[in-house]
Amino acid sequence: MTDMVATNETILVVGGGISGLTAALEAAECGKDVVLVEKNPSVGGRVSQLYKYFPKLCRPTCGQEINLRRLKANRRIRLLTMAEVTNIKGAPGDYDVSISVRPRYVNENCTACGACSEATSVEIDDPFNYNMKKTKAAYLPYNMAYPQRYVVDPSIIGTEEADKVKAACKYDAIDLDMQDRTMEIKVGAVIWATGWQPYDAAKIQPYGYDRYANVITSVEFERMMDPFGPTGGKLLRPSDGKEVKNVAFIQCAGSRDRNHLTHCSRICCMASLKQSTYIGEQYGDGADAKATIYYIDIRAIDRFEDFYQKVQADEKVHFVKSKVANITEDRDTGDVVLHGVNTEGYHRYDNAHDLCVLAIGMQPSVRADEIAENVAADASGFIQMNGADTAIFGAGCAANALDVNRAVQSATAAALRAIQVVNRVSSAEA
Amino acid sequence: MNDVNTTMVDKYRNDFLKEVEENVEEGHWVKMCMQCGVCSGSCPFGPHWDHPPQEIFMMIRAGKRDEVLTTESMWMCTSCYNCIVRCPRELPITHIMHGLANYAHRLGIAPKMNPTRRFSAIFWNNITKTGRVNELALSLKLYFMDGFGNGVKKALAMKKVGIGMIKTKRLNPLALVNHKGVKNPKELHTLIKKAREIEDRRKGLAS
Repeated sequence: MTDMVATNETILVVGGGISGLTAALEAAECGKDVVLVEKNPSVGGRVSQLYKYFPKLCRPTCGQEINLRRLKANRRIRLLTMAEVTNIKGAPGDYDVSISVRPRYVNENCTACGACSEATSVEIDDPFNYNMKKTKAAYLPYNMAYPQRYVVDPSIIGTEEADKVKAACKYDAIDLDMQDRTMEIKVGAVIWATGWQPYDAAKIQPYGYDRYANVITSVEFERMMDPFGPTGGKLLRPSDGKEVKNVAFIQCAGSRDRNHLTHCSRICCMASLKQSTYIGEQYGDGADAKATIYYIDIRAIDRFEDFYQKVQADEKVHFVKSKVANITEDRDTGDVVLHGVNTEGYHRYDNAHDLCVLAIGMQPSVRADEIAENVAADASGFIQMNGADTAIFGAGCAANALDVNRAVQSATAAALRAIQVVNRVSSAEA
Repeated sequence: MNDVNTTMVDKYRNDFLKEVEENVEEGHWVKMCMQCGVCSGSCPFGPHWDHPPQEIFMMIRAGKRDEVLTTESMWMCTSCYNCIVRCPRELPITHIMHGLANYAHRLGIAPKMNPTRRFSAIFWNNITKTGRVNELALSLKLYFMDGFGNGVKKALAMKKVGIGMIKTKRLNPLALVNHKGVKNPKELHTLIKKAREIEDRRKGLAS
């Protein structure tokens, strides 16, 4: 890594999620040199945290495997994990980029045997499972993590635990002396693919995410279905571990709301429709279990309409056309009670559910106007196209609220724009 | 039906939404409602309305003029502002409710015996007379608005509170005869009259 050569014909890709990976692979497979910077210890991003994709209900691991194979096979991509871009200066074809890299405390000798993890008893929050679970202070971020290399959490550095971890390693892979590093590189174009983060659900005060254990977000619900997730693949509610047989989904939780995110996050309707099928998957078709979706309008466009109709035909899934006004908690049962008025007939309801899932809105992880000069942000902070005076291109959810399919399209488009810029550079230098 | 009402019916035949937009305070917001229902669900008086705000907005768009203007619903609003705070499109729902009530009243087709409407009229006449509220006169008028017998009953029920207020000088029994208003109430009356003229002209209510 230290001998990394980057020129102004190199393309920098920031973010190693599905969009960044796609953009990096497309550019590299066109013969361009790429530096791929990922903040986390492994690539894959939020897609790796999904249980299933809509509308085909297939596993994201499958596509991820293909992308990882492409990544491993490509010598033109330099991958930096636990690294963040701190500064970008310059003009199209000539950017100076500062990157800071956090220490992993594990070097490339690591065989992912797991002995270090077994050696320590210290546990830390597991961000891969949205902190619903603990993980050891020496950990592999998740089973398919790439690079397949453990990470030692900085919280135990300098303690006896760190020495225990080091002693347990047979391959001399633990290096407790690793330090923060910064690097300066030159690139010709930048693809910004830092993706999205769920909107802070606690800010939606009437829904009580911060007060009621059984109000969770859609991303947390998704983790429950993972066999290696916090509940071992079972739908168990947080307050008492009871099986979830009566789940409510609240759409537009934070989205399309001038008090929160003004934009439509686009994925939440399909995400809830998808998640409503988990009930049937978990308990079987004839089971006494149901899902209720509270919505303003269901935005399942184009080919997704078929999926919507399929879910509508499912007897276990109910639809209530209403934005829920507020949620209260039944202290005796731990149930959450949703209050509102059904637009179809204007009837008031006070419906008790085992668990309430907020179909949480999507906001950019990094606001576009904080990236660099000349990067234009829209009202929600997504990157806007501004091709004239910048070669910093948004890809995926950094550019818009997109599902995986459209994020990949957006990433491919960004790769093409970046390729055009570095091609201009090389023809000028030839 | 009185004249203003007939004029408006003729003017906005079949387009009640436009009538609301042009004549009701904040009425131009009505078309922005996306029927999510969070206002109706958030209203503490919700179960007691004939038509919650969300339904009123839909009725306006559907041209249900008589049903909207003669309903008691918007008179139920207590200005708690829960709906405004939660509305995802920031509609000033409270203000629209008051605007609708006011418009219905001006047209003379608001429910005659609605207590909120009657209280509002009593309050308005009381405060504009001298420029300051005469609380004693206001209370008496309110007590006796449903007849002498009812008034005596209500007054007796509140006797303790009344005496307590007199003792602590929160209520002056002589206010009926020597209530102090503003220095020059005539000027105030001219002012209000002018303001009314301007508003009527703006709303096309001038006859």
